[in-house]
Amino acid sequence: MASIRLRGVHVEIPIYNTSARSLKKQLVRATTGGRIQSDHGITVVRALNGIDLELNDGDRLGLVGSNGAGKTTLLRVLAGVYEPTRGSITVAGSIMPLLDVAMGIDMDSTGMENIMLRGRLLGIDRRQLLELRDQISEFTELGEYIHMPVRTYSSGMVLRLAFGISTCVTPEIVLMDEYFAVGDAHFMRKAERRLIDVVAKAGIIVFASHSGDLIRRLCNKALWVHAGEARALGSTDEVLAQYAASG
Amino acid sequence: MSFHSEAQFKLALDDVRKGFWQPGLWLMLGWQDIRQRFRRSMLGPLWLTLSTGFMLVALGLVYGAIFKMPLQEYFPYLAAGVVAWTLISSLISEGCQTFITSDALIKQIRLPFTTHACRVVWRNTIIFLHNLAIIVVVMLVFKIMPSVGSVLLLAVGLLAVMLNGVWVSLALGLICTRFRDVPPIVGSVLQLVFFVTPIIWHPSLLPGRQRVISFNPFYHFIELLRAPMLNTTPAADSWRAVLAITVVGWVVTFVLLLRARRRITYWL
Repeated sequence: MASIRLRGVHVEIPIYNTSARSLKKQLVRATTGGRIQSDHGITVVRALNGIDLELNDGDRLGLVGSNGAGKTTLLRVLAGVYEPTRGSITVAGSIMPLLDVAMGIDMDSTGMENIMLRGRLLGIDRRQLLELRDQISEFTELGEYIHMPVRTYSSGMVLRLAFGISTCVTPEIVLMDEYFAVGDAHFMRKAERRLIDVVAKAGIIVFASHSGDLIRRLCNKALWVHAGEARALGSTDEVLAQYAASG
Repeated sequence: MSFHSEAQFKLALDDVRKGFWQPGLWLMLGWQDIRQRFRRSMLGPLWLTLSTGFMLVALGLVYGAIFKMPLQEYFPYLAAGVVAWTLISSLISEGCQTFITSDALIKQIRLPFTTHACRVVWRNTIIFLHNLAIIVVVMLVFKIMPSVGSVLLLAVGLLAVMLNGVWVSLALGLICTRFRDVPPIVGSVLQLVFFVTPIIWHPSLLPGRQRVISFNPFYHFIELLRAPMLNTTPAADSWRAVLAITVVGWVVTFVLLLRARRRITYWL
């Protein structure tokens, strides 16, 4: 059973290379982004400010919010990359992070080699990957390109490869950042079907996107993040309406 | 997975344990680094071996003459010392970049920090193993026949250096991620160490100053690798020194991990 519990999660990122206080003032005036504060002369970006969240099997959460509101930071907290500076997080279940297309992709290796590379980084073991290899290559529809170096691929093809590897096993929790949603229409339909498949096998999806459409199709819950705080949490239609109304 | 501030001890311990016990991951990443660095070059890592070899010939001819030592004696000593030093110094200088160069990976996926440190050590071990070709050539040329015992001693010495390499990569990696001025400092210190440590010169050239040598930790690490390559046995003192450094180094590193492990990602 997959579950995620966040209690009062704060993420405060120290910025050591900005000494200019005037810059800080400028940034505080900006309407987007996390809060920026200065403690002991060190500038601190409060990327998340006391987030509470509880997700269980079958929850498909869409994250909305302006650029720099904290969506990606929240995904990274869920992935265990950022450990909260305050508050607690408890995650039960295997996590599949789809945050960056390029992660674990070596441009000079072939698609096949990259299946092994990225797959192993994602925690899939070698034997399982050897078995799944052909199935992944079929899903990506890359044909003979699967034996070519990835640097010869278009960005859409890299995406197919990355997505195919990441979803070849059924993880309990999928964390997805929006640029995973930039394939061509045909591939997007296929990707959506696979994601719906993954969710059907009892799991949690957290999906950050600017596209209300995609969130409506993929998710059954939404969280509006603003300046590192949870502005609204509820059904997708409710939250998306509130977010749209905020302009 | 659960993060509470009280659990830092367990998290730090898990990091080291899981990092070591998933060798598949760092073995693969280390190889990948080598493949990436030498892709499309025909000789691959042997390029490094060749350039080390050329440097040795030049140094051997010049310094052998300066020190008035017979080549038969000086050249194997120099070669073994330089090959050992190359491993040790690159572990230290690349250890500074452990987390900085893996930042993309660290920010995308949760892996033990120890995995990244082991990757650095494994990558440099592969290069060291290639460089052993130089030693083989030197042994053939100067007709030194290594005993089975020497080969075993070299393996044990290498393991000791690797084990220390992991804590060095963790500790220096952590410090250098936070304080970006440290890598250049480490670079200059390493340069200095190269000249004050008996690598191109023999300890017998410094009569009455044995203490200067025995208080130099680098000397003991080099001895652990160099002596077996010359078909001799490292002094017991060197073993004791390395053992002490290993224990102290790991304790200090663990304390560092305990205090700062969770912040590494924030510093990247």
